[in-house]
Amino acid sequence: MIIKDVLCPFCGCLCDDLAVEVEDNKVVDVKHACKIGASKIKGHDRIKAPMMRDDKNGEFREVSYDEAINESAKILANSKRPLLYGWASGVCEMMKKGVLLNEEVGGIIDNTASVCHGPSALGVHEKGLPTGTLGQFSNRADVVVFWGCNPVQAHPRHMSRYSVFAKGFFANKGRRSRKVVVFDVRKTDTANLADDYIQVNPGEDYMVLSALRAIVADKADVVPETVGGVPKEKLVEVAEVMKGAKFGIVYFGMGLTQSRGKYKNIDNAVSLITELNAHGKHSIIPMRGHYNVTGFGQVCAWETGFVNAVDMSRGIPYYNPGETCSNDLLMREEIDAAFVIAGDAGAHFPAQSIARMGKVPVIQVDPFHNPTTEMANIVIPTKVSGVELEGTAYRMDAVSLRMRKLVDVDFPSDEEVLDKIIAKVREIKGASS
Amino acid sequence: MSEMLIKNATVYDPINGVNGDLMDIAVKDGKIVDSASGSAQVIDAGGRLVYPGGVDAHTHIAGSKVNVGRIMRPEDSRLGLKPKTKLTRPYTGYTVPNVYAMGYRYAEMGYTTAFEAAIPILKARHTHEEFEEIPIIDKGGLTLFGSNWMVMDAIRENDQERLAAYVAWGLLASRGWGVKVVNPGGGEAWGFGKNVSGLDDPVPNFEVTPRQIIRNLAEVNEKMDLPHSIHLHCNNLGKPGNYETTLASFDICKDIKSKRDRQSLHVTHVQFNAWGGNHWGDFESKSEPIADYLNQNDFLTIDMGQLVFGSATTMTADGPVQYANARLLKARWSNGDVELEDASGVTPLEYHPQSYIHGIMWAIGLELALLTKDPWQVLMTTDHPNGGPYVNYPMVMTMLMSQKRREQEMSKIAEKTFDRTCIAGIDRELDWYDIAIKTRAAHAKVLGIVEHGKGHLGVGADADIAIYDIKPDETDATVEFDKVEAAFRRSAYTIKAGEVVARDGEITAVPMGRTYWVKTKVDNGGYDRMMDDLKMKFKNYYSVNMANYMVQDEYVERPYVVETEYK
Repeated sequence: MIIKDVLCPFCGCLCDDLAVEVEDNKVVDVKHACKIGASKIKGHDRIKAPMMRDDKNGEFREVSYDEAINESAKILANSKRPLLYGWASGVCEMMKKGVLLNEEVGGIIDNTASVCHGPSALGVHEKGLPTGTLGQFSNRADVVVFWGCNPVQAHPRHMSRYSVFAKGFFANKGRRSRKVVVFDVRKTDTANLADDYIQVNPGEDYMVLSALRAIVADKADVVPETVGGVPKEKLVEVAEVMKGAKFGIVYFGMGLTQSRGKYKNIDNAVSLITELNAHGKHSIIPMRGHYNVTGFGQVCAWETGFVNAVDMSRGIPYYNPGETCSNDLLMREEIDAAFVIAGDAGAHFPAQSIARMGKVPVIQVDPFHNPTTEMANIVIPTKVSGVELEGTAYRMDAVSLRMRKLVDVDFPSDEEVLDKIIAKVREIKGASS
Repeated sequence: MSEMLIKNATVYDPINGVNGDLMDIAVKDGKIVDSASGSAQVIDAGGRLVYPGGVDAHTHIAGSKVNVGRIMRPEDSRLGLKPKTKLTRPYTGYTVPNVYAMGYRYAEMGYTTAFEAAIPILKARHTHEEFEEIPIIDKGGLTLFGSNWMVMDAIRENDQERLAAYVAWGLLASRGWGVKVVNPGGGEAWGFGKNVSGLDDPVPNFEVTPRQIIRNLAEVNEKMDLPHSIHLHCNNLGKPGNYETTLASFDICKDIKSKRDRQSLHVTHVQFNAWGGNHWGDFESKSEPIADYLNQNDFLTIDMGQLVFGSATTMTADGPVQYANARLLKARWSNGDVELEDASGVTPLEYHPQSYIHGIMWAIGLELALLTKDPWQVLMTTDHPNGGPYVNYPMVMTMLMSQKRREQEMSKIAEKTFDRTCIAGIDRELDWYDIAIKTRAAHAKVLGIVEHGKGHLGVGADADIAIYDIKPDETDATVEFDKVEAAFRRSAYTIKAGEVVARDGEITAVPMGRTYWVKTKVDNGGYDRMMDDLKMKFKNYYSVNMANYMVQDEYVERPYVVETEYK
């Protein structure tokens, strides 16, 4: 059986045109997907059963779901400062349960954006975000800028579906309709496909953005001969290309959000785009990583008023990045229990945070073994969303789509596990109050 | 389900012509009935004011724009906080509340129905995801068609059957209730950073005019027999002198007759479109010609879009106006173009009484309501949260009821305002019956939901009822406006589908409301021609596949579907 129009549960492109062949409840072929997406859908070694251990250096023993869930609930209910982290590689339906669980335990809920596009959200608090849906850019953009991102490796179909090669109504010649410029500290494979590559000194993107803003505002005279390693002449040339665009789009990634300047870089980039709109039409959009990392920001915002890093210890949502993000709390050694779901703290957090996680009980809910498993005391395997479970995901441009189920498995969904933990937490808290 | 008897109610139910009669209201299985049995739960209203549950025909409560506002404005989410309880989730926000506060606060004021005024089809799933989490109230939404390529192509090719087939398909795809038209053509022009300048300025690359878009959608709307008329946000919104465009837009639909007992054109938040002057320097109110027009023509209705001083988050599918606002005010700017369909923008701003521009805007809204004779023609709204958040409705109600209250407000407003408005000279004061019209009955009539049990208390109507702690006989609203406002802010009882959901302004139950949408059968050649065009556009221009585009049933768990047929 071939299932068409399948959504891909890998990156923020959320491609929805896959064709997956299923035989005897097994995925046997994946068409149209990139290699990474196809690999995820085809599946690989997964955690077979719930496991627990007291000593993080000891061996896991297999336990029942009930035992793992009850023990997890006990840890969370008795914790004074639980961290609920991850919430990216899953569907919105489970994220809603996560926000509810956080209310019940008075903890902090934080999503992988914390170490990814979190600074972009801060930039948006400062300046807003002039953006659009990806089809708007494929139909119209004649100038495409990639800044600190490398879609060839990280979002493999982005260029063909949305940004560079895609033919659109106005941009009807695809690649030949567009001028492509890459700003990056290294010459990536994306840069190799560009018309122009601008090498920026590491950590000096902010200055380059400021120089471009000055040139766009006809104040090139204040710009020094070299900025961030880029000759002024080159900056003037690129600024003119951007200014001359009928429709310009800037896609940006970790190179801008996680380098020196962080959210100030985003503030500056958004300001540049806003100012360019006095000339042509311009938009900017973050290249979100996980297929539904955007969805968590959406769900968390409509349920708590805040996009991420929400502390419920006061009974009301409280958000203050720098104080309430995972790593702020771990490094201050406030966290006394961690619940990691649909994200991998072990692989992406700095050593000091990992050290704290090594000292507190860690619960992991995930289909797959990953570095977080190494720190976990309880591991609860669940369904792979978008392969074994239907549900909602938000593409990087915040267009939501419904993911399909391709095969049936016996594992519970994240949502079912969370429902049971919530019920148990209520029982424990109810008994103690 | 249980029975209920509300005794000694002073009832204002304009749809049934009930004007302050002392009576009992019986409820059974969530509906109003003739009489209740002895086992009914009895609420003694003690002569207090009873209205049908409030209905808001134009508000922005859910979807991508609202969430953009929340994400951009964490400082707003720090307002209005209320901790979770055993029953309720936490409340956050003032202009952009979280989903829970959105429903609770309407219910606390005695409102039981609210219609979201702008759903982009491509992002409709998001709107419904939020609808599914807004507690208590019934909801519906208006779908954006005014800059849609399918719409403009069908109009240019004079194919009204195809247009109707697409509007029906778009309403189905978005699970929408009605046809919203925002700055017709302007959203497409904004795709390249431009706008249309007036009704006869062709949309770039599409060669249709805003006039043609309005006219065709209005005609098709009636042929489709939709419960609501087209719902128009005029061109040139936010520009001094725009009242002329507004009047000319009215005229486009003057000869269109509706078979239904309602307007054939609803023009929204007219406060923002009744502006005189050529620039900000000679900016003035032009509410009088607008009200004159309404007084001479009964084919159209409007809503106020009243301004409330303080913080607002402006959000609209009118992309270019938001860029202009943000540049003018040096405010944060979020833009949200939607491929092939429309634009949108979100900008926070603050309305200051000492700014005469804002003073004039404040006056225009009230003037429109007070100069228009027929209370059914002007709905009370703030275009939440554009003119200010809906939690201020009780204050606006008192301003309509009391000249003294208006004078109190005027004393805070920049003096220049009064040279350019006529508000100071208006002595009209609305009564309890008028307010019932302007906050529930007319909203239900304009939306076309009276026959579906909304906006009235007749037998068979939904038992959505508000009891306020006011004895109309003993209360002079023209003087005791503080008391009246306090009572409207916190209903004594809000009853939704026969269940007490709020008591003295506190939530007591959290049922989930229904979502209203319209399914229209278009059974003619237009459907096939439309499908060919649609498939071509999905294949070539949309960034999602057609099979994944339409809102699935999973996102509308409690639908109320009204079926109509194209003739």
